[in-house]
Amino acid sequence: MNIIYFLIGCSVLLALVFLGAFFWAQRNGQHDDLYTPSVRILLDDEPTDKDKK
Amino acid sequence: MAVNILTQTTCYHCGNDCDKDHYVLDDKDFCCTGCKGVYKVLSNSGLCNYYSYNEHPGATRTHVEKRFEYLDDPSIIADLVDFTDENITILTLYIPYIHCSSCIWLLEQLNRFNPAIYYSRIDFLKKQVNLRFNNKEISLRQVVELLVDIGYEPLINLQDVIKKQQTGAGDNLVKKIAVAGFCFGNVMLLSFPEYLGLSEYEQTFRHFFGWLNVLFSLPVVFYSGREYFQSAYTNLRNKILNIDFPLALGIAVLFLRTLIEVLTHAGAGFADTLCGLVFFLLVGKFVQRKTYYHISFERDYRSFFPVAVQAVDNGIEKPLPLSALKVGQRIRIRSNEIIPADAILLNGEARIDFSFVTGESAPVTKVWGEVVYAGGRQMGEAIELEVIKPVSQSYLTQLWNNEAFSRSQDNRMQTFNQKVSKYFSIVLLMIALGSLVFWLPVDVYRAFSAFTAVLIVACPCALALSTPFTMSAALSIFDRNFFYLKNTAVVEQLARINTIVLDKTGTITIGGENGVSNNAQLSSYEEQLIYSICSNSAHPLSIQICDYLQGADKLRVSNYREIAGKGITAWVDGHNVQVGSQSFLTGGVDIAKSTEVHLMINGRYAGYFSFANKYREGLEDIARLAADYKIYLLSGDQDRERKNLLPYFKGEGYMLFNQSPQQKLDFIKALQLAGKKVMMIGDGLNDSGALKQSDLGIAITDNVNNFSPGSDAILDGRSLRLLPAFLKFSKDSITIIHISFFISLCYNLLGLSYAVSGRLSPLIAAILMPLSTATIISFTSIATHLAAKKRKLS
Repeated sequence: MNIIYFLIGCSVLLALVFLGAFFWAQRNGQHDDLYTPSVRILLDDEPTDKDKK
Repeated sequence: MAVNILTQTTCYHCGNDCDKDHYVLDDKDFCCTGCKGVYKVLSNSGLCNYYSYNEHPGATRTHVEKRFEYLDDPSIIADLVDFTDENITILTLYIPYIHCSSCIWLLEQLNRFNPAIYYSRIDFLKKQVNLRFNNKEISLRQVVELLVDIGYEPLINLQDVIKKQQTGAGDNLVKKIAVAGFCFGNVMLLSFPEYLGLSEYEQTFRHFFGWLNVLFSLPVVFYSGREYFQSAYTNLRNKILNIDFPLALGIAVLFLRTLIEVLTHAGAGFADTLCGLVFFLLVGKFVQRKTYYHISFERDYRSFFPVAVQAVDNGIEKPLPLSALKVGQRIRIRSNEIIPADAILLNGEARIDFSFVTGESAPVTKVWGEVVYAGGRQMGEAIELEVIKPVSQSYLTQLWNNEAFSRSQDNRMQTFNQKVSKYFSIVLLMIALGSLVFWLPVDVYRAFSAFTAVLIVACPCALALSTPFTMSAALSIFDRNFFYLKNTAVVEQLARINTIVLDKTGTITIGGENGVSNNAQLSSYEEQLIYSICSNSAHPLSIQICDYLQGADKLRVSNYREIAGKGITAWVDGHNVQVGSQSFLTGGVDIAKSTEVHLMINGRYAGYFSFANKYREGLEDIARLAADYKIYLLSGDQDRERKNLLPYFKGEGYMLFNQSPQQKLDFIKALQLAGKKVMMIGDGLNDSGALKQSDLGIAITDNVNNFSPGSDAILDGRSLRLLPAFLKFSKDSITIIHISFFISLCYNLLGLSYAVSGRLSPLIAAILMPLSTATIISFTSIATHLAAKKRKLS
């Protein structure tokens, strides 16, 4: 059963990684604008000059 | 005719009808040269995809004449930009027109217009664009002019310049929630074995889990929950018992008891309850915080005034920042510009629209040498003025020196939560001490156990959550009906109002609209007759008819007679012309519902003009509130419309005209001194003082992006008719808070019955706390939506 010590250590470590990732995203401004990216992704790429030829 | 209707053209750019003017380019129709110009700019850069995402995405460009010379001024540039060095400038601009995906697409392609703009990013909700450009190749002014050319004019004003410097860091609430949530999840996981029971040989795990739980509680108490201790401490020092006191006490006791139980191996402690409590409390705080990015509640005259004016020195015009404007400076104001400081008219004919400043709706004509007060909008030709008072001390801006603007306004009324928590804390402490005293002679251990258990179980988590969750649900319902509240406390203030004060111009009347419709078939000669007779009268309806028949020739009028309240009669160019009410002309009774002016020429009935109700839809509904509320009219205007408005108000005493901004403020103050809870609804700068002084100031506007004076709430003009429903709904919200308070008390009593006996198990605490929280959250949100449905709010 001592494996539990190891497993709990792993799970806490993993959770800490996610918490760190969240903090990083927060500091990086990824949560500043939660709406515009959802529109932006639907905009097509430019029909470039190649299409015209 | 039929063909014409079928092919009725709308502008390819903005979607307006092209009936007046019609321009064609590339087989596309445009309503004005402005729209055509934008299309041309876009098609030259190969950006016509703009039109493929949405139909008619553009703003109409019929009247745009702005100059941006002032953006060349280094001191203004320095105020506007976020960052600049010798190469790069970073700039954030507010563009009110951003409204669809086409806008996002186009504005993020700016670099195809000019490669010197490296980067442009839209924040759609904030309606902001963040730009980075090479300032050697393109100037700030050119960037702004490019934006104007493609139909996206940024709004640049003094207050935004200042606001930028004030924006500070937030309080890391999201981070605190993240930490609390992380710990809560882990502690729940580690506490589960305890709930299910651990066998004898697994005792080592129990200690291990216990220690881990204490470890996880540390950041929750000392990072996430710290503000509760700080708030409770400062409030105690000010001798106030607010809700944070029992909360802080609960958190502290939970933590200490957990620590002691784990240290002495006496039990598992309450780490799960502790983390859950802090987590839910912070989430409650988060939902309460609603931000309207596109609306500002703190606007004052600075965001109404321009950033710079055209100064005239020895005949040379150059832009001058408003802050550098000094007494004696000569300035030039063009048509449609705002006069920024009290000044003397030197040159030109001034026709100034003061409707926003004084509430007076008719433009005022000023002649050479007269003083023109700040805030008016010049309607005619360009004029030259000499400044006689600095911007901050002009007649208008002086209002902001009133004490009403300097006192802090956040909690003008005690909220229900604040009132209750005082008694709650006292009762809680008494029960806790009572159980301590009761058990102390019997069993010391049990006495302390009971004492702490009471503080834990009665910790008013559900109580603290009932207000934020109800209020945030209410806020989103108001929001959907175009009523934007500054914060959740405004809902409670709304429920307690008993007096409503209305401004006139712009608030209950729709500014600048003349809804005259012609129901008379008049020849152009007859039009001249009517115009001539009406031009002699100062009656507002006559003035409106004259405006409608603009440009007719004036004929000779004799034997002119005006019968007050009835009409006018005269001989015009040898014809007997009568204009007035139906009863005046025909001797019968007035049957018309709307305002009508009937015409009679040489004894022949010639039809009538009818006037659309200039009042906003819903004024009748507000008038019907008179049973429960006292309703006053407070207008800066002349009392021309006293008669028309009388049916909506209780009596003459409830209608005040000719009020200066200061008098408005004083009137509100007088009502408050008489013990009234006053709601002020206004729209102009002249109402600013009254809005600020009142218990609840509502600014009404037809476009939330336009200027509105600082207030507690902003109401879209279309929703004024919903005001009675809003008032009732706010009362419902308060009832919901009371009921949910009662529910949370029941949970507290249930928990207390375990606690006073000193036998509170961690499991019961861990179940009770989330259960009560879940009940409160679901009850408040369901009940609020039901209440909204009952009041027919969408």
